[in-house]
Amino acid sequence: MMLDTLFAPLRKLGHSTINAIWKLGVMSRFLLSILTHSGQSLLRFQLTIREVYFAGVLSLIIIVVSGLFVGMVLGLQGYNTLSRFGSADALGALVALSLLRELGPVLAALLFASRSGSAMTAEIGLMKATEQLEAMSVMAVDPVARVVAPRFWAGVISMPILAALFNVMGIFGGYLVGVVMIGLDEGTFWSQMQNNVDLHFDVVNGLIKSLFFGIAVTLIAVFEGFDATPTAAGVSSATTRTVVTSALVILALDFVLTAFMF
Amino acid sequence: MQNDSFIEFKHVSFGYGDRLILQDISLKIGRGQLVAIMGGSGSGKTTLLRLIAGQIRAQQGQVLVDGRDVGRMNQRELYQHRRRMGMLFQFGALFTDLSVFDNVAFPIREHTSLSTEMVRDLVLMKLHAVGLRGTESLMPAELSGGMARRIALARAIALDPQIMLYDEPFTGLDPISLATIALLIKKLSDALGTSAVMVTHDVHKSLEIVDYVYFIAGGKIAAAGTPDEVRASDSPWVHQFVHGEADGPVHFAYPAQQSLAGSFGLEGA
Amino acid sequence: MKRSIIDLWVGIFVAIGLASVTFLALKVANLTPQSDSNSYTLIAEFDNIGGLKVKAPVKSSGVVVGRVSNIELDTKRYVARATLTLNGQYHFSRDTSAEILTAGLLGEQYVGLVQGGDEENLKPGDRVQLTSSALVLEQLIGKFMTSFAEGNNKAAADAARAETAP
Repeated sequence: MMLDTLFAPLRKLGHSTINAIWKLGVMSRFLLSILTHSGQSLLRFQLTIREVYFAGVLSLIIIVVSGLFVGMVLGLQGYNTLSRFGSADALGALVALSLLRELGPVLAALLFASRSGSAMTAEIGLMKATEQLEAMSVMAVDPVARVVAPRFWAGVISMPILAALFNVMGIFGGYLVGVVMIGLDEGTFWSQMQNNVDLHFDVVNGLIKSLFFGIAVTLIAVFEGFDATPTAAGVSSATTRTVVTSALVILALDFVLTAFMF
Repeated sequence: MQNDSFIEFKHVSFGYGDRLILQDISLKIGRGQLVAIMGGSGSGKTTLLRLIAGQIRAQQGQVLVDGRDVGRMNQRELYQHRRRMGMLFQFGALFTDLSVFDNVAFPIREHTSLSTEMVRDLVLMKLHAVGLRGTESLMPAELSGGMARRIALARAIALDPQIMLYDEPFTGLDPISLATIALLIKKLSDALGTSAVMVTHDVHKSLEIVDYVYFIAGGKIAAAGTPDEVRASDSPWVHQFVHGEADGPVHFAYPAQQSLAGSFGLEGA
Repeated sequence: MKRSIIDLWVGIFVAIGLASVTFLALKVANLTPQSDSNSYTLIAEFDNIGGLKVKAPVKSSGVVVGRVSNIELDTKRYVARATLTLNGQYHFSRDTSAEILTAGLLGEQYVGLVQGGDEENLKPGDRVQLTSSALVLEQLIGKFMTSFAEGNNKAAADAARAETAP
């Protein structure tokens, strides 16, 4: 009995590890089935376009506003630190590099997960709870092909676009603070940026990152929705799981990708 | 019962894990017949429908539809089979993100490549059949429970199925809506000549419209017969069910392991 | 094909994405559309390249004319070999000299090219003959210290001679 209580946390840890690995396997199978059922969502692109509207277009506001503020904060903090070393001129480079390489893709993905990912999970989960998915499959329409795959592709398409927009807005925010507010030289701001930012190394790699994040977040979102327990409580906990798992996966994946790329 | 059976269960057993839900069920449903399957909640009625639709497979026995074993169909054949089938879900299961029109048009658009005008005409025809023409542009959230059920019925018959499955079509409806749905089910059955299986526990309305009744209890067929036979039945079980008595062969109390006194700790140690 | 308002919005969305990427490429990363055929390489060997890095600019009279595309160590003679990729519109004479300079006191290092007087120009793949290495701070200080010490010794010797002279 004593040993039992002592080992209980250990057993719990082992249990959740096995569960996590199990889930990874199921998710990989799910991804495969999405890919093999993607014919319809690409042929009838109207289905995917509709989902791009819900996942991407409706996220524009939050991306624009957050990007602007993140850029402005970067501008302020960067200026404070750089001016101590007498290199306030490098502000443009600092803002652009931190956004392009890390903050843009990561923050846009986190926002996307909590705005669109959670919505996808809730929507698919509710469709499951109200037997809509079952009704579809009884009508000989595969729910993976008709419901899941278009959402998946919409997420994969939207994410890099949102990340690029986040970067632009962030740089604009940095420009507002650095040039308009603090009064740095506009030419220096841009030329420092251009001298230090490499198209392939910084811009393209950042977008590749966000593509990976898009795949991961959308896969998690549609999987959790499809896998949700078909009750109100089940859908709500699936939605929470989407946001939490996405956040962890984005940050872990970011580390791995950064190690590979830079 | 006639030999020309369209749906046939041959010694079918099904269970989740150790828990057997259906045991050795054999029944026949003739072409063009409307058959009700009755039984208490949790007696495995819905499981029966799912077996016919091929959503689950029997562990033992065969489920034959038009002479073919549903349990042995591959994915493609199963989808082929489902196209000839319509199912009305308990609460309609309308697609909440689509309008009434798009809901009814859904199976037509998915499975045929008819022109926009043809789809429109078909949808209006089906909506007319359930008496709800004019609701095309409404969203499912704007419909009452009875209307939603009728729209779902229109969707289920959109492709003129040979088999109709009704899962608790009367649950949660007011008496007028209930009568409307019952009338529609009867009318469609007669007009389209479909074989229909209806799972329900509404005894009186069902007995008015169906051709044959199976009673299921504890995973087995407890009784069967035409509505007249059922009404006249002297089986205590059927009597209890038809007349809705709280206690009888089916006990009011759940068979608890402990006695009542034991549960409250009143028994001597 | 039926068009809906959603299509319009998605179209705007994709256009915003394309515009953003274009902005990042042109305004932020300063992508100057240049094809590979429009550039050529020169080789420059230095005893010591200091802190020179790949992608450092190559400037002539302060104008960026190319980039350092590769740096490697020549293991036969143990000198650093830098490959300079220059814009095809700039040509330099055969006696051009290359030196490693520093922008500002602590800034990045770059390669400076000084045009010579020869009539003939360097051809792609040629080696720049005249090079001077990067200034390494430690060596600089070392040199300064020795010359300072030598100067002191000399002054002391002069003083001693002056004392004994009369």
